[in-house]
Amino acid sequence: MSVSRRGFLQGMAAGTLAAGTAGAAGFKHFEGYPGRYGLLHDVNLCVGCRSCEVACNQVNDNPPPEPPTADKSVFTKMRRPTSKQYTVVNRYLNEADGKPPVYRKQQCMHCNEPCCASVCFVHAFTKTPEGPVLYDPSVCVGCRYCVNACPYYALSYEYEKPFEPRVVRCTMCYPRIKKGLKPACAEACPMGAIKFGRREELIKLARERIRKRPADYIDHVYGEHEFGGTSWLVIGGTSFAKLGLFEGVTHESIPELGSGFLSVVPLIVSVYPGLLAGIYAFSKRKERLAREEREAAVSEAVSKASEETKQKLSAAADKAKKDKDNAVAQAVKKALAEAEKASGKEVSK
Amino acid sequence: MNQPAKSPARLLTPFNVIAAVILAGGAAIGLLRFIKGLGATTNLSNDVPWGLWIGFDVMTGVALAAGGFTITTAVYLFGMKEYKPIVRPAVLTGFLGYALVVVGLVVDLGRPWRLPYPFIVKAGPTSALFEIALCVMLYLTTLFIESTPAAFEWLGWKRLRKLVGSMTIALTIFGLLLSTLHQSTLGAMFLATPTRLHPLWHSTYIPVHFFVSAIAAGISMLIVEGSLSHRVFRDQVEISHEQFDKITIGLGKAGAVVLLTYFIIKVMAIGLENEWHYLATPYGALFLVELLGFVALPCFGFLLGYRERRPLLIRISAVITVIGIIFNRLNVSIFAYNWQLPAERRYIPHWMEIWVTVAIVTAGVVAFRWIVKRMPILHEHPEWRGVH
Repeated sequence: MSVSRRGFLQGMAAGTLAAGTAGAAGFKHFEGYPGRYGLLHDVNLCVGCRSCEVACNQVNDNPPPEPPTADKSVFTKMRRPTSKQYTVVNRYLNEADGKPPVYRKQQCMHCNEPCCASVCFVHAFTKTPEGPVLYDPSVCVGCRYCVNACPYYALSYEYEKPFEPRVVRCTMCYPRIKKGLKPACAEACPMGAIKFGRREELIKLARERIRKRPADYIDHVYGEHEFGGTSWLVIGGTSFAKLGLFEGVTHESIPELGSGFLSVVPLIVSVYPGLLAGIYAFSKRKERLAREEREAAVSEAVSKASEETKQKLSAAADKAKKDKDNAVAQAVKKALAEAEKASGKEVSK
Repeated sequence: MNQPAKSPARLLTPFNVIAAVILAGGAAIGLLRFIKGLGATTNLSNDVPWGLWIGFDVMTGVALAAGGFTITTAVYLFGMKEYKPIVRPAVLTGFLGYALVVVGLVVDLGRPWRLPYPFIVKAGPTSALFEIALCVMLYLTTLFIESTPAAFEWLGWKRLRKLVGSMTIALTIFGLLLSTLHQSTLGAMFLATPTRLHPLWHSTYIPVHFFVSAIAAGISMLIVEGSLSHRVFRDQVEISHEQFDKITIGLGKAGAVVLLTYFIIKVMAIGLENEWHYLATPYGALFLVELLGFVALPCFGFLLGYRERRPLLIRISAVITVIGIIFNRLNVSIFAYNWQLPAERRYIPHWMEIWVTVAIVTAGVVAFRWIVKRMPILHEHPEWRGVH
């Protein structure tokens, strides 16, 4: 499924749904827009003249490349695309293999399912049916997640601009393609090292070159499958790792790598409230049972205690009565005895 | 409780003076950033578009503010009432933490005034960041509501206070839901960068790593911040030392369990993706320092502190854990990120970036102090004793 097709679902509610379908559609595969364009860079043909850089800067209204193309000292340092120069050619020494140095042109690869498009939270990138990945500065918030995530280090940012900084990169000359023209770099290349055409055709052409000169080429078209495939394809005789490209990466696109987790999100949203309310009810219930048990125990203890108290009270009352009776009896006895004594005295008088 | 300082002489304390200098400097740099752009105030580049402001202020800030959802879940959902006295400071720290994460983000974003765009102009639901933005926005609101009872009691607004009190359980569930999502999704952001983040940190399980370590960070922050509060705001604290030590020991036990879980899932990720050979490289050493020194060691410290009832040992372990979480988030977002780039294309923060980060942390401390000295945070309001 393409990111742009996924992106038609908009709004907050749709957000969760789209994240869900991303994972739910796991077994389906989107081959990409049929007949889309691409470019093939043949490292074996590139001589590092940087004509492509000059043409690119002209077409995109950027100042001419610095230092100028005549200055070969530029190759002592590895460069990368910047906000003022969307493509750069670097030299890679090849002495270990006893071969002359090679040159590789670097720019946005225009992925089939672009990482930048999938990580953008305002969906500022669109993969066009023609092949180029386009950027819409009118919605960009400037978080630079795309610049940070791009596996090809191809995106740049206008750090010097305080108010309207944009993410910038090669557009694959989309306006020129629309007019039926080749991208500027492909037109400018004097060696034919950059070939523009339908991506399918370019892959066939690349295979043909590899088949014809197996000693000069590694049997691999870089960009055919890497991270879901790219519009720019690279072939050559030097290992791609040496050319600053990641070898042996997955054929899954980067959007696919993240979609599995994102599909868990709606699941958590739907399961959590019930689950947590259940846990709450459970702890409440435990609390209530404990309280009831305590109350029962207390009331039992109280009733037992009151029973005992009653018995004690009645026993005490009995005793008191007995004591009282005894006391009365004794008092009577004493009184009688005294009365007897008194009457005896009277008699003796 | 104690009266706020009124006279100007009382305002000129060393704390206030230093804080004012840091904050004024931070504000000046913030202004410069909006006049001259990120290029003039940061060392960010096309290779390293995320630096300290994202790596620390956002990534680490969110993890360290996890104490709020951890403790409200324990107290209100699991019924662990003995931890009630630390709910309010934790929720307040959480709210201030998230508010400052947003401040950090606003400074870092190219066009911060467009922050609501994902929800009102154009949505990018395939992005992990879309979900984080949504969750953080909602959770900040949740934390705000959760911290209003103290303010309402202070202001004497009884009706509102009762209303918020009746929402406690719903807010707690909502907070845990949102935290589960965005804490883990912060890790999921790196699922899209398999070649740029070092394999020892990159994992299909990175969302789970982030979530579990955030809980460890939350628990440790509760301990650290509680110990500091009990020392600094002694006159505000109601519970006894014995009761506080008991809470600390209980938190230490929880910390041990969470860190042990974290240790296991981290090792499991290395095993499942068969990345043992990286351990013998310099990045492997960095990874081992993090895993043994800042996960295994404090886990053992928590365990021992719990067994032998030694709150001091638990406090030390909590400090180590907090440093470890900062270390981990910086490893993921800066040190082990772009690991294949040559040294000259790597990143060292500009002093202005460091200053702004220090100012943001200072702002949090100042705000916490201001509120704690006035509102019933570390003690209960006499009229609302024992009420949610």
